[in-house]
Amino acid sequence: MSDTHPTPTFMILPSDGEETGPAVSPLRPGQNPDAIAISGQWTLIRRRFFSNKVAVFAGIVVLLFYAIGLFAEFLAPTSPTLAQPTFTYAPPQDISLFVTGEDGTRHWEPHVKGYAMTVDPASLRRSFAIDDANVIPIGLFVEGVPYKLWGLFEMNTHLLGPLDPTQPMNLLGTDSLGRDLLSRLIFGTRISMSIGLIGVISSLIIGVTLGALSGYFGGWTDIAIQRLIEVISAMPTIPLWLGLAAAVPIAWSPLQVYFMVTLIVSLLAWTGLAREVRGRFLALRSEDFVTAAILDGSGQMRVIFRHILPSLTSHILAVVTLAIPTMIVAETALSFLGIGLKSPVISWGVLLQDAQNIRTIATAPWLLIWPSGAVVLTVLAFNFLGDGMRDAADPYAT
Amino acid sequence: MNTQDTPLPLLSVRNLSIDFHLRSHVLHAVRDVSFDLHPGRTLCLVGESGSGKSVTARALLRLIDPQARVSGGTITLNSAEGPLHLDRMAANSREIRAVRGGRIGLIFQEPMSSLSPVRTIGAQIVEALLLHRKMTKAEAKAETVNLLKQVEIAQPEKMADRYTFEFSGGMRQRAMIAMALACDPDILIADEPTTALDVTTQAEIMDLIGRLQASRGMAMLMITHDLGLVAEVADDVAVMRWGKIIEQGPVDAIFHAAQHPYTKRLLAATLQLDSAPKRVPPATDSKPLLSVHGLSKYFGGHDWRGRPTYSIKAVDDVSLDLWPGENLGIVGESGSGKTTVGRMLLRIMEPTSGRILWRGAPTEQDVLQMRPPELGQFRSAVRLVFQDPFASLNPRMTVKQVIADPLVVSGALTGAALEERVGTLLEMVGLDRSAMERYPHAFSGGQRQRISIARALALDPRIIIADEATSALDVSIRAQVMDLLLDLQKRLDLSFIFIAHDISVVRYFCDRVAVMHQGRIVETGAAEQICTAPEHPYTQSLISAVPNPDPRDRRMLHRTKFIA
Repeated sequence: MSDTHPTPTFMILPSDGEETGPAVSPLRPGQNPDAIAISGQWTLIRRRFFSNKVAVFAGIVVLLFYAIGLFAEFLAPTSPTLAQPTFTYAPPQDISLFVTGEDGTRHWEPHVKGYAMTVDPASLRRSFAIDDANVIPIGLFVEGVPYKLWGLFEMNTHLLGPLDPTQPMNLLGTDSLGRDLLSRLIFGTRISMSIGLIGVISSLIIGVTLGALSGYFGGWTDIAIQRLIEVISAMPTIPLWLGLAAAVPIAWSPLQVYFMVTLIVSLLAWTGLAREVRGRFLALRSEDFVTAAILDGSGQMRVIFRHILPSLTSHILAVVTLAIPTMIVAETALSFLGIGLKSPVISWGVLLQDAQNIRTIATAPWLLIWPSGAVVLTVLAFNFLGDGMRDAADPYAT
Repeated sequence: MNTQDTPLPLLSVRNLSIDFHLRSHVLHAVRDVSFDLHPGRTLCLVGESGSGKSVTARALLRLIDPQARVSGGTITLNSAEGPLHLDRMAANSREIRAVRGGRIGLIFQEPMSSLSPVRTIGAQIVEALLLHRKMTKAEAKAETVNLLKQVEIAQPEKMADRYTFEFSGGMRQRAMIAMALACDPDILIADEPTTALDVTTQAEIMDLIGRLQASRGMAMLMITHDLGLVAEVADDVAVMRWGKIIEQGPVDAIFHAAQHPYTKRLLAATLQLDSAPKRVPPATDSKPLLSVHGLSKYFGGHDWRGRPTYSIKAVDDVSLDLWPGENLGIVGESGSGKTTVGRMLLRIMEPTSGRILWRGAPTEQDVLQMRPPELGQFRSAVRLVFQDPFASLNPRMTVKQVIADPLVVSGALTGAALEERVGTLLEMVGLDRSAMERYPHAFSGGQRQRISIARALALDPRIIIADEATSALDVSIRAQVMDLLLDLQKRLDLSFIFIAHDISVVRYFCDRVAVMHQGRIVETGAAEQICTAPEHPYTQSLISAVPNPDPRDRRMLHRTKFIA
């Protein structure tokens, strides 16, 4: 008989000219307070989620990253594998919008400045300086290196690039082979973001199935599955990854290795999800509406899939969202250690391999800053999104 | 408004209004509420759920939810040092904290969640004393023991060192009272102090509060939904509905000369339950529809070799008969095993021993020997209505899906015929067909319970087991739901097993009553006989502890006590 959480009333019973319900006024003029009566679970969840501004913003960031991964070929200014032997460790160029002409007038012409290279005669080390005189005009939707979008469409249009494809434009600098870091980062997004998804989907299947069995049936099933989870959680992950990755046949293509690594990561990551699902099942199994479903004659499968799982989907979604960044970090760590993805596959972890020694960090700090920045931003965005989804997941909580 | 001619009330509330800013709308939970509290007198705020009575009481201490805002009115606490304006104090200021606990004590409904589970009872009272009274630790400890003695807790020295979970519900509420009284407050606010307790415990607690109030001359504000309790303890009554006080006056005037139609209806609903029924008991010369023999359930533990280490007899050798068309009540306090009996009848829980004979099928069958297909048939003939109307409906299904579920599972109906049947069932329980597309969260408790009943009726049952089906409902709704059940019984030839802790409900509804105490049936008899002339001493104490909704005949305080 709580007074603080009044139920919206739906008056059907006859009344006799008195007030028929609690005094209510809409938050904004013209809003219908009765609208939630016919809204289902997902409408309520959506409404609650969208009132959380941070989570919505994080969600937009995540979507943006996936869009970048999806249209990598188009968004990258050049090919990520195109080496420019004359521009190794070239520093980032800034975009300028106006050019000062010889007569002193400024006119609109977006451009980057070219490099002036000097070679130290003793060490033969190259060093670059920005050459203000060398103007490289750039533009949107320019023609550049040809590619096949998604392996299907022959195209050569890039969102941003130099008007003359032979001129250098390295907005984030280049690596040891003179490859454009921005293009590599954009292609890395595709692999790094999707390894999270694929990894989570396989651990989702294992986790939900084992968690549901464990929670619903209890008894020996539960004990066996829980002990398995404990054994897996107790294993030191890095040595295990090392061992499993070493077992991958050397002749496999980078793509096969990539799937193997995903599988290895997800085989160890399902335990948290299984525990979560089991806990929810244990709680829901004793709910009155589940008992009512059993008394209504529903079989076990119907009780699990029709009555219990729908109450869980929103929770599972939230857990999955929080699991994806773990996967991304795991891939980055593995690749950084050299046991995950290897060149020529491009991922954020592979990019970070280039930043493993102090000389690189000293002379080309952008090789460390941008890939790790991408990892941090993604993980944060996923965490905020997941938190928001978890808060919105149970619209009937209060 | 002021019913007294005393010059200055201890606390006076004028035109208090509180709004809740919810996600979908603004709820005016309290509107223009005014009342006074006087030393030595008890004001009862009565109302059904959602009437704003608890919010009002909490607002006096500025303990309201963050989404609630006081939108107007004044709260003045008069003291020797002059008036204190509580409404002007910040919600967590030093001044209001001095008033909380110091000048105004508060007792909550749920003693389990209002006491800390990780600290001893004594430590919690000592803390209150140290905060509000200038005492050394040793003095505070001595005072704690003294307080526990005042609230009649046996062996107070020992009990001060116990934890909350070691106390029973009644003892927890006594400890709460001790804590509220620790600083000698002028005003005691009791928010449904006995709602979570059994009726005999309720009588003891109200007895205790009454005596403490008289000896200390405190003003008391009691919040309750139970008119019987109001008649037993109140001096003045304010009836609240949807945030407004609709009627206010001395208790005798409210009970014997109510003006407002809502007050009259509320009283009628309470008295209706208390009046003798006009039911004709069904013939019992035929064979019973359902017979229970020696049903028992022991809960126990065993060590790793399987040897039993302990056992608790939750249900001990229970035998019952239910004839066609009969309403059988099972009454008992919490822990008496009544719910366990109901669950075992449907084999949601397996009994330790006993027999349940079902004569609804062509041949007599033992329910406990049934295999799944037969058990399914039995369960479609014997249906259960749950206590909690909020937990028993799947929040993710529309009303149509909920009610149709048993029909869909059995494959009896599909498509338009199914929809037609759901519509008929909804009308049968007094709801509109348009309710079909809505979700359970759109309905109030009483309406949800009607939906539960419609689901139970979907398979044309013979017996409905109603497990405390009306105890979560407000009194006026409770009477409506019971009248609905009685009406359905006439139309559909049903039998009911009505499990309840509330004697008045059972008396209104049932032909025969079985009284359970500590797992055993102590007495079975006709409802009227059990209520007016009980034979077993336990039944006598139970009946005499029930509050009587007539302030001119306060009998709860003169109850019979039963020592097992």
